[in-house]
Amino acid sequence: MLTWAAVLLGGAVGAVARFGVNWLAARASRPPPWATFTVNVVGSLVLGLLAGVGTALPGWVGALVGTGFCGALTTYSTFGYETVQLAGSGPAGRGRALLNVVATLTVGLGVAALGWYLGSRL
Amino acid sequence: MSPSRPRPTEPTGATGAAEPDVPDEPVPPRRPSPPVGRPRWDVIAVVALGGALGSAGRYGLLLLWPHTPDGFPWATLGTNLSGCALIGLLMRLVSTQLAAHRLVQPFFVTGLLGGFTTFSTYAVETRGLFAADRPGLALGYLVGTLAGALVAVRVGIWAADRVRS
Repeated sequence: MLTWAAVLLGGAVGAVARFGVNWLAARASRPPPWATFTVNVVGSLVLGLLAGVGTALPGWVGALVGTGFCGALTTYSTFGYETVQLAGSGPAGRGRALLNVVATLTVGLGVAALGWYLGSRL
Repeated sequence: MSPSRPRPTEPTGATGAAEPDVPDEPVPPRRPSPPVGRPRWDVIAVVALGGALGSAGRYGLLLLWPHTPDGFPWATLGTNLSGCALIGLLMRLVSTQLAAHRLVQPFFVTGLLGGFTTFSTYAVETRGLFAADRPGLALGYLVGTLAGALVAVRVGIWAADRVRS
């Protein structure tokens, strides 16, 4: 029960945080993939850290911050949608779509591994 | 996503008082995009609600479909692929439907689907598969999710066009 409450709360906060990043990016006139790239990288780093620390943390922290917050902060649906939109926006767009995919995957996976490494050494 | 309707915002004119004595000068070119107003509280509330429900759905699926650290993360794959199909469907419907309610996109897309799908779990699971000495499985998961997601978005868009016609 506590776990479910933690997931719900973390999910609500994570979604609002992503909405806030979207809003800041729009205000700074940053085109679409930037906000999504940012939240996905930050969320992967934090979840990597949590996973690295592992069982030293109480279970509700993983549910609140990991499953809830990081899960809702990061998104695959918007990442996929924006990539498809970019790819459909002309020849230059296809290059940017490819760049978005390569950058998100390599940086996202890299920071998840980095976070895990740092967390496991704490 | 970009052709958003201008939201009702605070007045955006210059804050200083206009000076009538100064002769008219050419107005500096304005930025093409409309200024982004402060989001309304009801938008933030539906984003939070959607995020909570979407995350709970993802967690429920994870409980129903658990996997070991060296096993294939089917639950996350199913979550991300279905979320991608739904975002293609919804965004297509919202962007072609003139009368879509202004809370539809914040609730369903930013909140519910954003909360339901996840990139961080995908990244950490992929790292875990590499660490568990399953490089083939890790690469398959990494590339398979990506390819499946891009196809799923297109299927969703296609389905939206079928629904409307």
